Parts: sequence; C-alpha cells; structure tokens
Amino acid sequence: MKNKRLVVAGKIIRNILLISYTIFALFPLFWMILITFKSDTQMYDTTFFFTPTLENYKEVLLSADYFSAFINNIIVSGGAVLVSVIVGIPAAYALARYDFKGKEDLAFTILSFRFAPEILVILPLFMIYQKIGLYDTYTGLIWVYQLITLPLLIWVLRGYFEDVSVEIEQAAQLDGYRWYQVFIKIVLPLVKPGLVASGLLAFIFAWNNFTFSLLLTGFNIQTVTVNSLNYIASDTVHYGQMAVAATIAALPEVILALIIQKHLVRGLSFGAVKG
Amino acid sequence: MSNTNLSATNVEIGENKKPLLKRLRPYLIMAPAFLITVGILYPFISAIYYSLTDFSFRNPTFDFVGLKNWIKMISNFDFWHAVLVTGEYALATTVTQMLLGLGIALLLNKDTFINRVLRLLFIFPLMVAPVIATLIWQLMLNPSVGIVEKFLNLFQIYNFPWASSPQTALLTAVMIDTWVYAPFVILLALAGLNSLPKSPYESAKIDGGSAWFTFKTLTLPMLKPFLYIALIFRLMDSLKMFDIIFALTKGGPGNTLMNLSLVAYNKGFAFLNLGESLPFIIVLWVVVFIISKKLVSNWLLSQKTASGN
Repeated sequence: MKNKRLVVAGKIIRNILLISYTIFALFPLFWMILITFKSDTQMYDTTFFFTPTLENYKEVLLSADYFSAFINNIIVSGGAVLVSVIVGIPAAYALARYDFKGKEDLAFTILSFRFAPEILVILPLFMIYQKIGLYDTYTGLIWVYQLITLPLLIWVLRGYFEDVSVEIEQAAQLDGYRWYQVFIKIVLPLVKPGLVASGLLAFIFAWNNFTFSLLLTGFNIQTVTVNSLNYIASDTVHYGQMAVAATIAALPEVILALIIQKHLVRGLSFGAVKG
Repeated sequence: MSNTNLSATNVEIGENKKPLLKRLRPYLIMAPAFLITVGILYPFISAIYYSLTDFSFRNPTFDFVGLKNWIKMISNFDFWHAVLVTGEYALATTVTQMLLGLGIALLLNKDTFINRVLRLLFIFPLMVAPVIATLIWQLMLNPSVGIVEKFLNLFQIYNFPWASSPQTALLTAVMIDTWVYAPFVILLALAGLNSLPKSPYESAKIDGGSAWFTFKTLTLPMLKPFLYIALIFRLMDSLKMFDIIFALTKGGPGNTLMNLSLVAYNKGFAFLNLGESLPFIIVLWVVVFIISKKLVSNWLLSQKTASGN
C-alpha cells in the first residue's frame, strides 16, 4: 500500500518537473512567434488576444537589407562548412588511422581552438584584416569561422573513422585498390552519416554566431543575427520586426535539425558512442 | 604493400619498412587543415606581442612598453573583479545546466510518444541565436510590463528587478544561458542513455538494487564520457561568455556582470585601447586552455573505462 502511494507520488513529481521545464523551454519561443504578429503599440500589452497584423513580416521580408543579410549568412556559414569539410575529412582520417609523433597534441590543438575566447582572436584579426583588406569580406569571415566549424568537424568525424574497421580497408587494398581509391570508394560512404551530422551541426553553430560578424564586418556583409539587432538599436524599438527576423533566421536550422535528428545526437557525442 | 597475408605481425613488419613518403603521409594529409589552423594561430601570437605595446586604435604608431600593461592589469581592481565574475558565472551556469540537463534527460529516457515529441521540441532553443534569445527574454522580463511580471503578480510578487538590479542580474543571466544551452546537455545525456547496454540493468533488477544504487553504480559510470563532453563545452563556453551578457546588460548594472571577455571588449573596442585590453583576454585564454586540456584527457580516460578497455 505504502509502496503504491510512493510510485504515484513519484509519477506526479516527475510530471510536474517535466511540465515546468516544457513551459520554461517553449514559452519564450511561443512568445517570440506571438510578438511577430503584434504592432509596436501592442508590444507591452501582455494579453494573448489582440488583432494580429502582418505588418512586421511585410516590413522585414520586403527590406533589401534582411534579404541580403540572409544570403550573406548562407554564403558565410555554408562556405565555412565547405572549407572545413574539404580540409577536415583528410585530417580526421589521419588522426583516426595513423599513429604518428605528436598526434594527440595536434588533435588537442585543433580542438582547443573551439574553446579560444572569440575576442582574443578578433582584436588582432581586426587590425590584420584592415591591413590586408579582409575586413568586411566573405573570405575574411569564412576563414575566421573555421574556428567554429573545423574543430567540430574533425573531432566528430574522427570518431566515425575510428569505427570503420581496418580489415575492410585492407581487404579492398588486396583487391587492388590504391589507398586513395579505398578511401573514396569504401571509407567515405561508410562515414557519410557522420559527415552529414557534423557538417550540419557546424552549420548551425556558424549560423548563430554573433561576435565574429559583429566585429569583423561593416555594412557590406552583415549576417542575419547582427542585422536582427538593427530593429532594436535604431531610434524606435521594433521588437516585432526583430522577432520576425529571428524566427525566419531559425527556420533553416529547424528544417535541417528535423532532417538530421537521428544523427544529431550521435554527432554531438564526439565519438563517445561506440558500437 | 606486397603482403598477401593479413595477419597483424605481417602488417606491422610492412609498416616498419615504410619508405619516407609513406611515413610522412599522415602529416601530408593533415597539411591543409594544419595550414588553416596556423593561419588562425598567427593572431594569437600577435595578440601576445601587442599586449606588450601601447597600441591603440586612435593612434596607429605604437611603442614596445614591456610588461606595463600586464602590471597595470594585475594591480587593478577591475581585473580581480572580472576574474571573480568570470568564475561565478561559469560555475553557476555549468552546475545548473549539468544538473538540469541530466535530470530532464533521465525523465525523458522512457521511449514513449510524448517523450519523443518533447526530445525534439527541447532542441529548439538551440536554434535561436543567443543574442536574440536574450532580447526576447528581456522583453518578457520587463520589470513593469513584461509577461513574467504579470505571472509573478499572481503570486503577490511585484516589480522583481531581474537584470536591472545587481542582486538579481547574475541570476537572470544564468537563467537565460540555461534556457539556451541546457538542451545541449539534454541531447548529450540522451545520447549516452541510448547507448547503455540492457543486460547489467536486468541483473541489477534481479539483485534488487535500489533505483539510486543502480544509477550510481551503473548509469553514471557508463554515462561519464558523454557528461564529460557536455561539461567541457559548457564550462569552456561559459568561461568566455560574451554575447548573452553583452545583449542583456553590456556588463552592468555597474560592473556586476563584467567578466574578462566584456572588460577586454570594452577596453579594446569602446576605449580603443588594444594594448591594455589584451592581457585580460590572454589570461582567460590560458585558463581555458589548461582546464580544457585536463578535462579532455579525463574524457579520453573515462571513455576507455566505460567501454571496458
């Protein structure tokens, strides 16, 4: 009898905790979407019932600024991921397959860039970029975004490469494939899920980055996050328009996350899931 | 390789005789990634050099001043305050998020329809840029007209100051940081829980171990590699936190939330004094580097222990 009551109590507590967290996690998102339909004058009326307006959407979507910021974000984040994939795949493979002097140190050095304070990189880069003309350019931004995308990609992929058995590669080599043919025809298809997961994860982290594009770009290639702030920073505060800008900016990520959700978890675990 | 036999010894003998080019292969394969890394390494090294000069954005000619900036920093109250704030913030956010993330993941561990839906929904906060998330929270937390104030009024709490008072600013920042990043910990903990083998649990059940005992002796050790990854990322990112605090109060009220990143940003970009700003951020970098190195080696160790090698 006492045991049964304990089980029921446990269930109730469990549900209360889950419901509280659900409200905490989802209410701000709900509120963000709600205020996209509010006019600036209604912004501080905290009722759930109001006359919705599409004015904010019109204002944001029809502005050339937002459109170009969105495209800039795609170019910079996509470009950074692309560069990382091209140089990261071989690097991750080398770390997984070969034993060489200083391997772990090299691996840690690459990972440690992910933890370097952005401001430290930005302060000197700001000057270097202005000197060599990379300030406010795609190349400059894509290059610095490697700090976010490259370590992530290399460390996730390394785990996937380690899971591919050496015997498969050796068997293929016996069949007469050259080592690079083995790599392209046999190994690469096997790690594709890891590549997709890490690539898209890197894309998400790059997409939301704020500090690099705030400080290393001027007016030419503003990204979405920095652009969204303009609706707040100008003479009048347009929360509604900012919310529209943010909501639309989140859409590509949400879509990507839905597509890769199965791999997302595995990708984030940095090779900690074995077998 | 001329070996037709695949036995381990033969392969090893083959590898020992490797020509130079073959031995260099891993380095050659890594070269492009390494070059990009070195390209980024350059700013780090120049940062150390500039910290020894009086460089300022106002005045493009600069002189070498030795350790002047460093001595000035250490003898300044701002620095020790920033160290304290950095530590407090990192500790508070990391502990909160690790406990909350692990707790929620454990609650979601049963594979039911509602849990699958929640797992998906809980990822969404990660999709909003932290800066924007902070601004939305700011609107909700407005001490006089925000929706949270209306909610608190129901409990007879009025004008809770949130980010505008030194007493509650840290709490507010930690709450927003937790909103943004707890999903990351949940994701990792769920990945770990998913990977746990079933059989030890069955035997534990037969032996009649309590839930807490099972958690402590089975779940936690096997979950360790995942928790380490979450801990590394959360601790390192909160030590260098910039964007959430910047969007929330720019370090205020007063200097309540002035951590090392914010101080460096202010000195460098607001007061344009690069030479004085860099020591603050170099100290942060060194601390982050040392802690992450230790944690990563612990993680590698825990991974070996958990997989039984």
